[in-house]
Amino acid sequence: MSIEIQGLHKRFGTFVALDGIDLNVPPGQLVALLGPSGCGKTTLLRIIAGLETADRGRVLFDGNDATRRHVQERGVGFVFQHYALFQHMTVFENVAFGLRVRPRAVRPTETAIRDKVSALLGLVQMDWLANRYPSQLSGGQRQRIALARALAVEPQVLLLDEPFGALDTKVRKELRRWLRRLHDELHITSVFVTHDQEEALEVADQIVVMNHGRIEQIGSPQEVYDVPATPFVYQFLGNINLFHSRVHAGWARVGGLRVQVPEYGDTEHVPAMAYVRPHDIDLLREPEDEDTALTATVSRVSQLGSLVRLELVQRPSGEIAEVEMTRERYAADPLRIGDLVFVKPRQARVFLHDRLVVVPLVHWHGDGDGI
Amino acid sequence: MSSSLNRAPTSAAMVEPPLVRWILIVTALIFLTLFLFAPLAAVFYEALRKGIGVYLAAIADPYALAAIRLTLVSTAIAVPLNMVFGVAAAWAIAKFEFRGKSVLITLIDLPFAVSPVIAGLIYVLLFGAQGWLGPWLSAHDVKIIFAVPGIVLATVFVTVPFIARELIPLMQAQGADEEEAALVLGASGWLTFWRITLPNIRWGLLYGVVLCTARAMGEFGAVSVVSGHIRGLTNTLPLHVEILYNEYQFAAAFACASLLTLLALVILAFKTLIERHAFQQRRAALASSEVS
Repeated sequence: MSIEIQGLHKRFGTFVALDGIDLNVPPGQLVALLGPSGCGKTTLLRIIAGLETADRGRVLFDGNDATRRHVQERGVGFVFQHYALFQHMTVFENVAFGLRVRPRAVRPTETAIRDKVSALLGLVQMDWLANRYPSQLSGGQRQRIALARALAVEPQVLLLDEPFGALDTKVRKELRRWLRRLHDELHITSVFVTHDQEEALEVADQIVVMNHGRIEQIGSPQEVYDVPATPFVYQFLGNINLFHSRVHAGWARVGGLRVQVPEYGDTEHVPAMAYVRPHDIDLLREPEDEDTALTATVSRVSQLGSLVRLELVQRPSGEIAEVEMTRERYAADPLRIGDLVFVKPRQARVFLHDRLVVVPLVHWHGDGDGI
Repeated sequence: MSSSLNRAPTSAAMVEPPLVRWILIVTALIFLTLFLFAPLAAVFYEALRKGIGVYLAAIADPYALAAIRLTLVSTAIAVPLNMVFGVAAAWAIAKFEFRGKSVLITLIDLPFAVSPVIAGLIYVLLFGAQGWLGPWLSAHDVKIIFAVPGIVLATVFVTVPFIARELIPLMQAQGADEEEAALVLGASGWLTFWRITLPNIRWGLLYGVVLCTARAMGEFGAVSVVSGHIRGLTNTLPLHVEILYNEYQFAAAFACASLLTLLALVILAFKTLIERHAFQQRRAALASSEVS
């Protein structure tokens, strides 16, 4: 089933939670709503589920207006961050609940319920825990049961609110892979909320990046990571370094790198900001030409498994930047703390000042004025 | 989990020197003996001093039986009423956001703050012969003050906070997640209440009911004001005890008092039984809400 959202607005008192959301979720897709806390992603999910009502706007399921449909009649499955399992019921009864509360006329027989629940518990690999109570399960197991319970009513849409948010890192990784596999088997239209960019990038077909109640960008994981539409998206998905730059006639210069910015083709010497990922930076011992004029000293070297992260202090401003490289690359020419290096971005994305967000993570005064 | 429930912290830093411990324990014991055990023993001693025959006669007295009946009746009405009100109020306060919520919480606490005598007087002023609604009530031949309805009203008033107060923090800690989950799964509001909300609060509710019952049976001040002390008609057990005492029938007074005391002890036993479960439920709710 497809989900269509049209012009959704929602406020809580003076706080604007959603400010004009338009979104299309094609049937069978797994879509992530990604954003910082308070960006409205959970509110959007709850409005799709019918747990919250919008002030304005419409929600359509398969083209039919479901805005006024009561939550019980929406036929959605909802998975809560804190599982919301029924504490006083066994795992089996939890999963069976959705079937047992149906009106008598459409309620399956006891045998049918038994078969269905067993099948679902098998699907989430938990059939051996049917008689346990939720308090006897681990977080990961609870969330699987919550998912089985949501699937029991054969929902047309599956909504997950930070499903792995309360779990520790290892279980979280395991479960999100498992969720992806499950989705590939069932092909049920799914929307899940997360503030974890890694989770969104790994699991989703489409990522909807949200901020301050608006959608910043919709795209595949690769699109939002490689071609961020806004400075916010750039900052939110992964670490970045900021360099001051200037755009002139469709070109910007960052360190020794010339970047084409055709969308600013008619601008002349406008101050801009260049965004560079830590892994898109080369460090040179000697300057290549007079353009490579960004200098810094290495202030810290940390080994993070397969990666080496270097912290640089720029000269003379003293501001910090981060560079990541593979272990092999680092081993070829190991830089030590205190070494002087020349910084050369391999790739950058340039936004004009008027589109800037106010929260730069790492701020670098580069030599952009040299253009 | 239950074994660790009542365990005090035993870290070395928390252990007091023996002398301090002894002083604390002895102080507590003296206090308890003076104010609790001695009066308790005195009640039964005085009640049985003139022999078991006098004791039984005092209880079998028709006025005493009428008082027992009235106490049980007003309790039987007040407790269920407060159950419904308590659950409804706690539900509203814990699961919904609305204007005037803090006013409602304050109002629920009002009977704790107001002297029971004042509570009784309010009803006299409202429903009494000289009260606001008095003329209308007497015109329609409805008797509230100096009659059973007044006693029930006064009892309900003083016991309002017990169940609601017990349930509000419990339901607040539990949040609305489970109810929302049930609704999404297609359960109606009514089904959700019976199958999810009520089982989740059952021990807290029972605990509140026990406290409410104890108070309803023992209430004196408010009931005394509205009762009119008509023997055999509007005397509850506590009022009956007072009348007997004032008439110097000490043995009979203490016999009836011993009945009330026995009831209190039974309730206390119940309370202790339920307490464990109730606190476990509260802790479980708090533990699950702390995760967030």
